Amino acid sequence: MIAAAAALAGLLTYGMLAKGAGSTFNEAVVSGKRLPAPAARLPMLGGPVDRNTTLDAYRGKVVVLNLWASWCGPCKDELPLLEATHKKLASDGGVVVGINTKDLIDGGLGAVREYGLTFPSLRDGDGAYARALEHTGVPETFVLDRQGRIAAIRRFPIDQEWLDAVLPPLLAEPA
Amino acid sequence: MRRLATLLAALVTAAAVLITSPGSALAQPAPKTSLPDVEDEVMCVECGTALNLSQAAVADQMRGFIKSEIAKGRSKDEIKASLASQFGDVVLADPPRRGFNLAVYIVPPLVALLALGGIAVAARRWRRAGPQPEPVAAPALADADAQRLDRDMAAYDL
Repeated sequence: MIAAAAALAGLLTYGMLAKGAGSTFNEAVVSGKRLPAPAARLPMLGGPVDRNTTLDAYRGKVVVLNLWASWCGPCKDELPLLEATHKKLASDGGVVVGINTKDLIDGGLGAVREYGLTFPSLRDGDGAYARALEHTGVPETFVLDRQGRIAAIRRFPIDQEWLDAVLPPLLAEPA
Repeated sequence: MRRLATLLAALVTAAAVLITSPGSALAQPAPKTSLPDVEDEVMCVECGTALNLSQAAVADQMRGFIKSEIAKGRSKDEIKASLASQFGDVVLADPPRRGFNLAVYIVPPLVALLALGGIAVAARRWRRAGPQPEPVAAPALADADAQRLDRDMAAYDL
């Protein structure tokens, strides 16, 4: 009985602490620390579901990692900017990578066709990777440095001004 | 006679066109399930509620997908399997009986069994303890006290 009460008290304490902890990544970015992005082993949107890609494939590049879904209006609004950014970054050692999260495959592919997206998107159907990034909704954007660490976070739609402030210093860093 | 044969041929052709044209209702396979039948067994992946209770944008998208699958003649199980292949098992209101999900099916009956066992053990202990002793009768009043009580009672008009 005492053990059960202690376990319950422990669970409640953990719940309160976990709820009040906030986002680890946000706090790190605010304090100037760069935490490694969670490891991703996800299939490509439109690719074979049994062949996974990892973010390590983009190590050495500055990665604009964008969580999006085709049912999300603000996500679709920023797709053209992300596509333009991807094309611009190609010559500077950068890349845009989408994480198509909690979306129907046909919905995601429909958006790729509609907006003529050429940047790669990984499938996160059950939202597990979005949760690993402590997401609060979509769209959200994370910028990873060349070592795969999170250097900047935007938990709402991005704009050109933000990209202009965040990307140049990271692109100037050595690989 | 020739006119009749021509008319029959035209009717057969028209019927064939009607049956095989993509827009024809006759070309649609018979539905094997309905939206409400699937909706209450599927979760909205963004909001974590049953799909039939959700008004989220993703829920509308999922409902559209279910309707299109019903129109293709898919059964409820086929539609649920298709959703699970895209969203994982989290999309199913009843998790499949495998792996850690088994806990959902095993733990509640186990707890009920343990509770019943506890009650049985407690009942046996109570029974072993034997019958409760008869309450001890209060000692009889002394004569003087009984007389005083009678006097006091007589003073009241009961």
